[in-house]
Amino acid sequence: MMHIGLNHFLVLSAALFSLGVFGIVTRKNAVMVLMGLELVLNSANINFVAFAKYGNLGNQGQLIALFVVVLAAAEAAIALAIVLNIYKTFNSINVDEVDSLKE
Amino acid sequence: MTLYDIIFYLFAAVTLISAFFVVTTRNVIHAAFCLLLTFFGVAGVYVLLGADFLAIVQIIVYVGGILILILFGVMLTNRITSVQIKTGTLQIFPAIIGVGALAGVLVSLLTHNEWKTIQPSAPAATSTIFNLGSVLMNEYILIFELLGILLLLALIGAASIARK
Repeated sequence: MMHIGLNHFLVLSAALFSLGVFGIVTRKNAVMVLMGLELVLNSANINFVAFAKYGNLGNQGQLIALFVVVLAAAEAAIALAIVLNIYKTFNSINVDEVDSLKE
Repeated sequence: MTLYDIIFYLFAAVTLISAFFVVTTRNVIHAAFCLLLTFFGVAGVYVLLGADFLAIVQIIVYVGGILILILFGVMLTNRITSVQIKTGTLQIFPAIIGVGALAGVLVSLLTHNEWKTIQPSAPAATSTIFNLGSVLMNEYILIFELLGILLLLALIGAASIARK
């Protein structure tokens, strides 16, 4: 049995990234697309932290992951505000029905 | 097989299985609660990688903040009482083929590359908070301040967009 190393974490994050992309491209509901986006950001964070442990850059990978978490929070707030506006305008948040920028 | 390996496989399984349910279930509420499990699994992976502070931040910010925001988004945009909270899917088979190819390329690239790794030192008995804080307040102070301003602007912008 192979000992857990860098490759295991990289494969885990690649799988999580692929699942996130799958969610983004197949879901109709805009909130579900956002959930896929969060999965993608988490997989990038796993890569940053794994390289912080197995590379020789010290703790800076963890710091970048912290910045990504902050950006994800800002992104979720803005995106949900936009989703609420889309719902008010179109009465639906299916991304395949929203096809104009204004009423 | 050491205890570390077993715990890694446990957290990896929790993360991937719940992420799979997030992207396949048709019920938006179920997907949101599976996302909760995914975030906990990722936090466990962070702990295994020696990032204790980041794991706590992951739980506080993602589970306590972003997931609650997403649940509010679901509840404000679906008429729970009248319409079922279901969501459709588009183009399943092209997506499976494309994402499968993407995953294969990524995994083979990542695992066949010869990364210049170091043998990780044994996890320190102390927390990483001291190191993170000193780096954040010295080399990354400008980015730290800019992120604070960005977060403030984003939240003000979100509030003004949402109540228009």
